[in-house]
Amino acid sequence: MAATPTTVTTSAGPARPAPGYLQRLRGGDEAAYIITFMAAASILAITGLLVLELYTNSAASRSKFGWNFLFTSTWDPVNDQFGALPFIYGTVVTSFLALLLGIPLGVGAAIFLAELAPPKISDGLTFLIELLAAVPSVIYGLLGVFVLIPILREIEPYLKAAFGWTPFFSGPFYGVSLFSAGVVLAVMIIPFIISISREVILSVPGDQREAALALGATRWEATWDIIVPYAKKGIMGSIFLALARSLGETMAVTMVVGNDPKIKASLLAPGYSIAAVIANEFTEATGQLYTSALIELGLVLFALTIVINGMARLMIIGADKYKA
Amino acid sequence: MTNLHTLRRKAVNIVMLTITGLCTLFAAGTLVYILGYLFVHGATSLTWDFFTKLPTPVGESGGGMANAIVGSGKLLLLASLFGIPIGFLGGVYLAEFGGTTFSYVIRYVTDLLNGVPSIVIGIFAYTMIVLPQKHFSTLAGGLALGVMMIPIAVRSTEEFLRAVPNSLREGAMALGASKARSILTVVIPAAKNGIMTGIMLNLARVAGETAPLLFTSFGNRYWSSGWDQPISALPVMIFTYAIAPYEDWHKQAWAAGFVLLSLILTINIIARAILSSNKHVAR
Repeated sequence: MAATPTTVTTSAGPARPAPGYLQRLRGGDEAAYIITFMAAASILAITGLLVLELYTNSAASRSKFGWNFLFTSTWDPVNDQFGALPFIYGTVVTSFLALLLGIPLGVGAAIFLAELAPPKISDGLTFLIELLAAVPSVIYGLLGVFVLIPILREIEPYLKAAFGWTPFFSGPFYGVSLFSAGVVLAVMIIPFIISISREVILSVPGDQREAALALGATRWEATWDIIVPYAKKGIMGSIFLALARSLGETMAVTMVVGNDPKIKASLLAPGYSIAAVIANEFTEATGQLYTSALIELGLVLFALTIVINGMARLMIIGADKYKA
Repeated sequence: MTNLHTLRRKAVNIVMLTITGLCTLFAAGTLVYILGYLFVHGATSLTWDFFTKLPTPVGESGGGMANAIVGSGKLLLLASLFGIPIGFLGGVYLAEFGGTTFSYVIRYVTDLLNGVPSIVIGIFAYTMIVLPQKHFSTLAGGLALGVMMIPIAVRSTEEFLRAVPNSLREGAMALGASKARSILTVVIPAAKNGIMTGIMLNLARVAGETAPLLFTSFGNRYWSSGWDQPISALPVMIFTYAIAPYEDWHKQAWAAGFVLLSLILTINIIARAILSSNKHVAR
């Protein structure tokens, strides 16, 4: 381990000669450096190992299917045919639906909490909403199964009446569906969007708002035309973070999505997602190819969330955060 | 004309502001509703047996999840033993010895690890421990949760150490303390409360993790017979019981959800109270 002692300042005053390496080691400086450095390096090693394990353990599937794995839609463990498309489709559709429902609600609420609500009410509600971000996903799944799905069954006739002419809301509805998964995910990501967006909006300098109001803008105009564009990057970042979370979300989706590996246009039909198929089939996967196909799905999910997360972080903080 | 224009702008103002208010109401209302539902449903399903008895076989009513509660505790203990030392020391490195290209890389990788979906971490623990051992084990579950703890431990340690004023470090050194001694006896004690709170929040977060345990610690309907054997955990039990077709199991799932969530929310509320009273409003 190359330990550079340059950052280590010692107790020696200028009058005494600089202490030797052994003396410093005894004093603990060098030891402290080496121990903490090794801990930091092991984080790098663990992450590297994680990628390596995903890569090597999916070798069988990668060599058999190649890139076709991503573009074929047959998932047939009995005949050793594996294609990831239905799962990728389900993951993307449910996450997109979650954003579609979650962004207007989340950003709207964030604007209200940051700009309009009295500080006491705003702080109280934000505290509550941030607590909801700590609720484990399996609990959202539990609530999805026993609370949300019965409610959706009630709403479904109205949805069909309004949108039944589109292919997205056709066919029978059993309760478990891509739509239910999207709604559960929306409920899960709204706290994220609200708490980050609110902070970003609050950090917009007050004189921006005051200047707009002084020029005669209404409260809404100041908010929508001045504050929101100023905070746009941060709000986008919160949306991308929410997207990354919903792409990788496992338990809540597994419990309400229906677990059917087919691609159907209708959102009311049961579907599947990458994380859900890993959760459901991993323990019962027999044969090396089956397991390796599931691990390759894990690799796909990993790549997907890394890209989205990276974009989110770049937007919220800019790259300079890592330098400091 | 101008009047009409002003009127329209005022109308838009009121309508849009009302809409954002409704958004807040709707978001907060939904969330309060579902949590209220869980608390009412969970509290009424909870019995004393839940904490003291093993799960009963299918068809028999009653029983509890004592083994899952202990199992969750054991898994969290293993996870802490693995994740906290690495995360804490890594955080000390970044805060006290950082400023190099290497620390830039570590910060980046830590963020990356934080973004990895929990189910993928489960696969990692599976390939590392379950695959070579050829059976599910408590150890593998602990490793999965431990890996999940690392990024947050690093981040919170680094932030709270950075919040310690530099004058304290300089003071210690001026008194002749070595750097290691000043970190150990001055800087870390000054940030102690924050770091402990960070660890509590971290534990609360992984306590609810289900996905990485499904194929590592797997689950067990009895007491686990050892660290290298499958073990039951509360979140996994909630999942198994919720998707099972038995009414009695659903009640148990609600009770388990109630216990788990009460624990997590209590820790969160206490931690936030400590943080805001300390005015170390980092995180």
